Amino acid sequence: MITVEHLTKRYGDFTAVNDLSFEIGEGHVYGFLGPNGAGKSTTMNIMTGCLSATEGRVSIYGYDIFEEPNKAKKLIGYLPEHPPLYMSETPYEYLRFVGEAKGLRGTELKNQIEQVMERTKITDVRNRCISALSKGYKQRVGIAQALLGNPKVIILDEPTVGLDPIQIIEIRDLIKELGKTHTVIFSSHILSEVQAICDMILIISKGKLIAFDTPENLEKMMLSSNEIIITSDADEKEIKEILAGINHITDTDFEKKDTEYVRAHIKTDREDIYEVSKAIFNGFASKGKVLYELALKRANLEEVFIELTESDTAANNSAENGNDLKTSKSEENANDVKSAEGEVTDK
Amino acid sequence: MIAVLKHELRNYFHSLTAYVFGAFLLAFVGIGSMLYNIQAAVSNFEFVLSFGCLIFVVIVPILTMRIIAEEKKLKTDQLLYSLPITTAQVVVGKYLALLVVYLIPLCIISIYPLIFKQYGDVYLLTSYGSILAFFIMGSALIAVGVFISSLTENQGFAAGIGIAVILLNYYSVRLSEYVSSKAMGAVIALCVLIIALGAVINYLTKNQNLAYGISLVLIAATVITYFVDETKLEGLLPNIMRKLSLFERFYAFVNGVFDMTAIVYFISVIVFFLFLTVQSLEKRRYN
Repeated sequence: MITVEHLTKRYGDFTAVNDLSFEIGEGHVYGFLGPNGAGKSTTMNIMTGCLSATEGRVSIYGYDIFEEPNKAKKLIGYLPEHPPLYMSETPYEYLRFVGEAKGLRGTELKNQIEQVMERTKITDVRNRCISALSKGYKQRVGIAQALLGNPKVIILDEPTVGLDPIQIIEIRDLIKELGKTHTVIFSSHILSEVQAICDMILIISKGKLIAFDTPENLEKMMLSSNEIIITSDADEKEIKEILAGINHITDTDFEKKDTEYVRAHIKTDREDIYEVSKAIFNGFASKGKVLYELALKRANLEEVFIELTESDTAANNSAENGNDLKTSKSEENANDVKSAEGEVTDK
Repeated sequence: MIAVLKHELRNYFHSLTAYVFGAFLLAFVGIGSMLYNIQAAVSNFEFVLSFGCLIFVVIVPILTMRIIAEEKKLKTDQLLYSLPITTAQVVVGKYLALLVVYLIPLCIISIYPLIFKQYGDVYLLTSYGSILAFFIMGSALIAVGVFISSLTENQGFAAGIGIAVILLNYYSVRLSEYVSSKAMGAVIALCVLIIALGAVINYLTKNQNLAYGISLVLIAATVITYFVDETKLEGLLPNIMRKLSLFERFYAFVNGVFDMTAIVYFISVIVFFLFLTVQSLEKRRYN
């Protein structure tokens, strides 16, 4: 359980984090999403006690990070943006130091080091100098460090940046694996990554929380575009004829293509988009025309993200709407989607 | 704290620093004892130490330059902040590691008087009293070095400033004879010092009002004192310079006086600079 309340961090005139509030429950993988400079790292640094806050409070399982830092920090494992590694040491020596600093001693220390090395698959390189390891391995050593002491919450700041595709997949698998036993919070500016491994997504822009929801719900938000894409062997005229017999179709665009097939984007104002799809399918079938493709235009997170971060300025204008979003918590998923939807349509 | 201590020690003995430090100290003291005890056949080992303390100007900054500056440079300080240990524990752990590195060559040095004892009359009490004072003075200088290292993330810069500060301290007594002992000189020097202090406060707290406020109050106090009672300020500047010298207090031990006030002075310097180091690290969290 992590509670962040009205967190604000100012550097002189610059506000890095602006009145951020959210609550993170036990278990699952949480994704912190935001463009560069959105305040992700600052928030994570404050949550782990590396940085002070100008205002607001953070509590980790009831322990305030500023008032009882030692108790709170014992519950957190943190991998900062730059893995804090001592280059002249071997992974084993490094982990021994971190383990000792976390208060582990004797056989428990040894067992835990073996365990985390096993989990992060760095046992093979345990006696090699960290400076000689590849970036992926360095990242793993950093994650291993965070896992020592068996903390309840693991916070990873951009753990996949700068890795090659195979290493990225390996680290993602590791994060998923960790999500089964720990609460994992990790930040990223890569949407597909967050979409692939997170159970919940927090989107931050300009230091403000603009959405907190499941990846599915965030995607659903964008289904309101109500667009159906078809590819058919009928020509434009025939398609228009078929569509004329179907209700609730507001607009049809044809894609200019040099192939023998025609691709059309059909817009509808009907709530139940599947009903419209069905009608289209039946319409084409009854005319003996073939539909090669019939798809609902599904927005990916990329678009949700751009939509939300861009409409952030709009949200500033309508203060009420913005407040709704800021206080959004996981229990208020439904409200969240609505207000965020409202925001989108506002725009 | 123990974890930090062990970690730093391992670091120092993995790299060349500890060996270079020990080698320089032993070489310099060795040359000193050759010159005084063997060539000149003086039986007082403490003279060797008073000759040897010049080497601190070079070796203390070399030893301390990386202690915190490197952590900042490599961003490993973030790890220290996120671990469940306090900043004070980190600083004290690091400092104790430095003391261990310093103690090892000193243990070898403390055998020398016993060796010389075999060949003549050596007054062991002053010898070992001086070695103890040598250790505590070195510890105080190391504390200063640790603080300087915490101010920057550039090791070279930390070493340079460290050398300048210790050199100035070494020569401050000799320099004090040349500075003006007139009241006006003291006023000017104090004003310069106060402005420098204000600049440091401004740098550390980023609070201009506080820095200006303190500077103005202190300058006003100095000027008022000057107009009220000029004699109070006479000779003040050379006095301050003499008082601040760590080396000058060490020479009392060399002359055979076991000066408790000097020990207290050294220890307060250590505590003061370690406290400043903790504050300097905490400041990074509050910038």
